[in-house]
Amino acid sequence: MSALTEPRHYTSELNYLNNGWTLKSWLLTKDHKRIAMLYLISITVFFALGGLFAAAVRLELLTPPGDLMDAETYNKMFTMHGVIMIFFFLIPSVPATLGNFLVPMMVGAKDLAFPRVNLLSWYLYVLGGIFAIYAAVQGGVDTGWTFYTPYSSTYSNTAVIVTAMGAFVAGFSSILTGLNFIVTVHKMRAPGLTWGRLPLFVWAHYATSLIQLLGTPVVAITLVLMMLERGLRIGFFDPALGGDPVLFQHLFWFYSHPAVYIMILPGMGVISEIVTCFSRKHVFGYPFIAGSSLAIAILGFFVWGHHMFVAGQSTYASMVFSLITFFVAAPSAVKVFNWTATMYKGSVSYATPMLYAMGFIGLFTIGGVTGVMLATTALDLHLHDTYFVVAHFHYVMVGGMVMAFMGGLHFWWPKMTGRMYHEIWARISAGLVFIGFNLTFFPQFILGYMGMPRRYHAYPEEFVVLNVMSTAGSSVLGVGYLLPAIYFIYSLYRGEQAPPNPFRAKGLEWETPSPPPTENFLTTPVVTEDAYAYAEKEVKALV
Amino acid sequence: MNKAMPLLPDSASQFAPEIDRLMGAEIIFSVFFTTLIFLSIGVLALKYRRKSEEDAPPHIHGSLILELAWTLIPFAITLVFFVWGVHLYFRVYTPDPSAMEIFVTGKQWMWKIQHPEGPREINELHVPVGRPVKFTMISEDVIHSFFVPAFRVKNDVLPGRYTNFWVTPTQVGKYHLFCAEYCGTQHSGMIGTTYVMEQSDYEKWVSGGEESMTLRGEQLFSQYGCATCHLPDGKGRGPSLVGLFNSMVKLQTGAVVKADEAYIRESILNPRAKVVEKFQPVMPTFQGLISEEGLLQIIAYVKSLEKEEGGAQQ
Repeated sequence: MSALTEPRHYTSELNYLNNGWTLKSWLLTKDHKRIAMLYLISITVFFALGGLFAAAVRLELLTPPGDLMDAETYNKMFTMHGVIMIFFFLIPSVPATLGNFLVPMMVGAKDLAFPRVNLLSWYLYVLGGIFAIYAAVQGGVDTGWTFYTPYSSTYSNTAVIVTAMGAFVAGFSSILTGLNFIVTVHKMRAPGLTWGRLPLFVWAHYATSLIQLLGTPVVAITLVLMMLERGLRIGFFDPALGGDPVLFQHLFWFYSHPAVYIMILPGMGVISEIVTCFSRKHVFGYPFIAGSSLAIAILGFFVWGHHMFVAGQSTYASMVFSLITFFVAAPSAVKVFNWTATMYKGSVSYATPMLYAMGFIGLFTIGGVTGVMLATTALDLHLHDTYFVVAHFHYVMVGGMVMAFMGGLHFWWPKMTGRMYHEIWARISAGLVFIGFNLTFFPQFILGYMGMPRRYHAYPEEFVVLNVMSTAGSSVLGVGYLLPAIYFIYSLYRGEQAPPNPFRAKGLEWETPSPPPTENFLTTPVVTEDAYAYAEKEVKALV
Repeated sequence: MNKAMPLLPDSASQFAPEIDRLMGAEIIFSVFFTTLIFLSIGVLALKYRRKSEEDAPPHIHGSLILELAWTLIPFAITLVFFVWGVHLYFRVYTPDPSAMEIFVTGKQWMWKIQHPEGPREINELHVPVGRPVKFTMISEDVIHSFFVPAFRVKNDVLPGRYTNFWVTPTQVGKYHLFCAEYCGTQHSGMIGTTYVMEQSDYEKWVSGGEESMTLRGEQLFSQYGCATCHLPDGKGRGPSLVGLFNSMVKLQTGAVVKADEAYIRESILNPRAKVVEKFQPVMPTFQGLISEEGLLQIIAYVKSLEKEEGGAQQ
């Protein structure tokens, strides 16, 4: 996609990884790539932790009575699962790791606009994480990740304030990352890199950053109000103190619905990169995919009321929120069709990242069409707060975002570490993830329509078969996630040396060695063509 | 209830088949598009699989016509679902005027039900088949959600505010009653049974000899001394409550409000919020003195105070 102004004979062995071995050189680094690695390690820890909580939930649900743990423990398990997976894994997952690593490289910059702020955002994330872990050690929290009032502010006897502080602090990390990306994309693009030539990964992160910057302060304020009510008995949400419990839901979802797009948009950016590279094709409908990211970011702010169709909201408000939700479904569908069309007449490889990408497109489609059902006001009367909702958002978040994250991690692993992973094992585990995921979550759609409410510690006999299937699936899924941890770590020691561009992909990040030097590029790259110009000229693998 | 693994829950309200039908339509739409995507990916991945590293695919930018087609066609179809859904949704929140009323109080972790004729029950709901029933619901503590899957309808039960929905039960039988909004430790224990009964059985069941809600309300009305000020002739220190329910009341501020359940409840708990024109704000608050069930009984009593013919009042 570009030509370096000087010949690419970068022979030095020095790269961002071996440029300093001390702990200090990592903990005080301002290099976006090292910060990305710090984030990668921390979110992996939280993903494992959240996964353990999920395992506890699934084990309890293996049998109808609540026999493995008591009700309070179960409630803490699903709450901690949600809090950790959403605030400490999904929200930072792609932006803070792949985004941090790649956005500066993709725009041809040496670093993000504010490297110190970038480091600060990681420290804030860690501080928030410490609050969350402290809350778990303190005995946990049982409000559900949604912190609905007045249960959270008045009735719960668990570590609500500490947990909410964790989410509050981690929110600032998210705001700072968003700010950094926006400024970087505006001000630091390489010569010739016009907006119309930006990789879709960058467009997706730009749209995500807008939501992070505009939405996160609202949830921060909401959590503060909830903590004030709980700690100082100042009435905002509890009717006994003159407050309105539904007001909390409005404020909470004003952020937390757009937050769903914070979680999925960067994943969509990853998929655009993978599908083009492994089809060796220019992306189909570039302006539509880029534009749909912005459309999702903007429309996403006006659909929060679809979480409240049965919450005592005015029926007319529900009608309007339902309509806008149908509008937001359109740009998501546009992306799915365009990715599929990109494969047309391509040269499709079945490499691991592409397997994840194809999985993403399929599962995200299921997540999307079931979202249309939930957006239909009358169907939500029945489906709301049942397992149907649980299945729906896991199809989007795990079937979508986690698949995209795994796909992206495999795609850029050679770039980030300079090592190749074991392709066969990687394909096996991609298959296990796909099978395990569907076995875990598809039965939950049926459970939901049957009427099983979510967040139930014990359930009636007739739901047992589907629950057993779901728990069985989750163990397959667990193995599917464990394998990459093993072969990735193994690759660091024994993996083949990665060439600069092992997949013959387009994009500035592939025109520099693997792993890249600290300053990313020896000379500022100049961009002379579209992103994804796969057909225009042959790219030889750089060795 | 089915003993084998059923794929559809029981169906016991007039809304259930309608919601199933809408769901069926959306499932057909969803299966069509999901299959289309899965098949396309499968076929394209097979047909255009990489045959050699030297493959040189053509450059295809996109197609405006295709973009418009796959944006607008699915969107137009989903708009049909939107209209269909809203139409049904509004009906669930527009009770039949002839509906009998049942009062629900949610509390950690039980459902308390009152029937106007008198019977009170916990974690059980008895309703007659074929008669519209309107539920008026309130919570004593946190948010709950009243959910009978066989009716295909649920609604949140909020503290401090009445919420409603209605159904006409259509099928005699025994069905689940769940709390669907997470409400704390024993959330999954806040369950019960809905009994849809033959009308004659229900009449027998409901006339079990208990005092009616109106009578209980009247007792509370005198117990709390309401009657000393709210004289029926309007000459007391408080306005007359005769014929009050659902009438339009003019306030001191000049505003006019409808005297519905929410207004009466607020006027008991927070009397200074909406003072009636020409009256002084002298009524004390009863916040914390009367339970939510008691409030419903007083409201039932106030509702029963209809204008007598000829206006003869003592």
